[in-house]
Amino acid sequence: MILLEDVHFAYDGLYTALRGVSLQIDEGERIAIVGSNGAGKTTLVKHLNGLLRPDQGRVILDGVDAKHYSVAELAREIGLVMQNPDHQLFLDSVEREVLFGLDNLGYPKEEAKIRCARTLDNLGLEGLSSRSPFTLSGGERKRVALASVLATEPRVLCLDEPTIGQDALQKNKLAKMLVDLNEKGKAVIVVTHDIEFVIENFPRSVAMADGRIVADGPTNSVLSNDAVIERCSLTRPQLTETARCLTVCSQRFLRELH
Amino acid sequence: MSLIEFADFSFKYLGADTLALRKINLKIERGEYLVITGPSGCGKTTLCRAINGLVPQFHRGYISGNVIVDGKNTRENNVAELAPIAGLVFQQPENQLVTLNVEREIAFGPENLGVEVNEVRRRVEELIEMLDLEHLREKHPHEMSGGEQQRVAIAATLALKPQVLIADEPTSNLDPRSAEIILDLVADLNRRDMTVVLVEHRLDLVSKDASRVILMDQGCIVADGEPREVLSMDLCQEIGVGVPKATQLYKRLRDRGFKLGRVPLTGAELATLVQEVKQR
Repeated sequence: MILLEDVHFAYDGLYTALRGVSLQIDEGERIAIVGSNGAGKTTLVKHLNGLLRPDQGRVILDGVDAKHYSVAELAREIGLVMQNPDHQLFLDSVEREVLFGLDNLGYPKEEAKIRCARTLDNLGLEGLSSRSPFTLSGGERKRVALASVLATEPRVLCLDEPTIGQDALQKNKLAKMLVDLNEKGKAVIVVTHDIEFVIENFPRSVAMADGRIVADGPTNSVLSNDAVIERCSLTRPQLTETARCLTVCSQRFLRELH
Repeated sequence: MSLIEFADFSFKYLGADTLALRKINLKIERGEYLVITGPSGCGKTTLCRAINGLVPQFHRGYISGNVIVDGKNTRENNVAELAPIAGLVFQQPENQLVTLNVEREIAFGPENLGVEVNEVRRRVEELIEMLDLEHLREKHPHEMSGGEQQRVAIAATLALKPQVLIADEPTSNLDPRSAEIILDLVADLNRRDMTVVLVEHRLDLVSKDASRVILMDQGCIVADGEPREVLSMDLCQEIGVGVPKATQLYKRLRDRGFKLGRVPLTGAELATLVQEVKQR
């Protein structure tokens, strides 16, 4: 569905952020993008909805080069939730914030209301719909930003650090919602440092370092690859670490036996 | 006398319907490493703001009870007076960075407190070195990644030489390795007598360093104790605290009658405990 072909990008033509990224995203996938700070993860996802355009290489949506589409056109297909909710929220009530996107995409009022209520409910925001987002806690604001995009149910959902400020219950709710949308055929892409969230919910992982993709495959194998862990400033999930320690111990035990 | 003391402290933000903090009684002693956790919206950030006086000096509202920080009542002392005692690193570091480059950002706090120029310069160099900011020295804070901003915000806070470092989710934008580096640094500061109050959801990262964990829910403190003790309570899962996987596994094994030597907080600890059982 989305194909990135050898995408290069430098901010102001000076600060190189992507150095030849190729990636294929198919309908109905759940992908986590992981990697060190400054590896180019956010830059990469901003290319999906046209906020950034490649200096070199192509972004292809359903076989058509995305340069032929405006950001507004791409937003119908690809919803992006930014890392800092404060960059995205601007209206004076949670409900209005969520209705804004639906309204802009031309949903009839009734349908928009229903979708809005359902999304707020799913994200544990039902009691806060008339509050101003700016009076809410950091975690709550993050969920409002998520709601405003999730409500539009785009074909591709792209979330930059969705678990920041979220407690375990909210994280589980969010994961459930993402899996449900995914089962309806939506592709879900998250950028995250939350390794436990990745291993529990995302079958495929893409690991980045220095503007390049250094590993792409089943999450289990990506997150147990020592070279990838090292190169991308990751840590192993706790139980992977336990397994690794036990393996090392038993190998040492076997060596001593010989 | 405790460094920080909350006495029956309640607070409600102007215009809010419910109390953000309800009758908090809490004593924090010098040298402690306290982790505050609890569901989103439970009052953690408000508690932090109450320590350095942002509540009630900047964020106004209904208030009852008192917070005494190093002998100063936060009702009567303004944030500038409290800042050299209690340094707060915000949840969104971007919201606290105000200058055009990293050097100035670090110097901003002490300069405003009237610290002598050479001393300011010395602190700036020390912190650039300590937080590995050399390559960012001339950079505009808004051109930096979230993780870099977080390191700069920590440096700018430490430049005030506070007695207690309060950090509201200081690793939320950091990759796992950078998060470890920052948390090791915080643990090191704590070993050098800095009192630390840290708000965190990712307990797998911080509980190994903490001397004490406080669990909050709906504006109240609902549990308070040693990390292994608090994190193995069923209450944690009930209210939505992210218990480390290793601790969760310990509990599941215990429920099936398989008891490990003690409560593990990390993957490596769990492996060691399993090894011990095997050898028995």
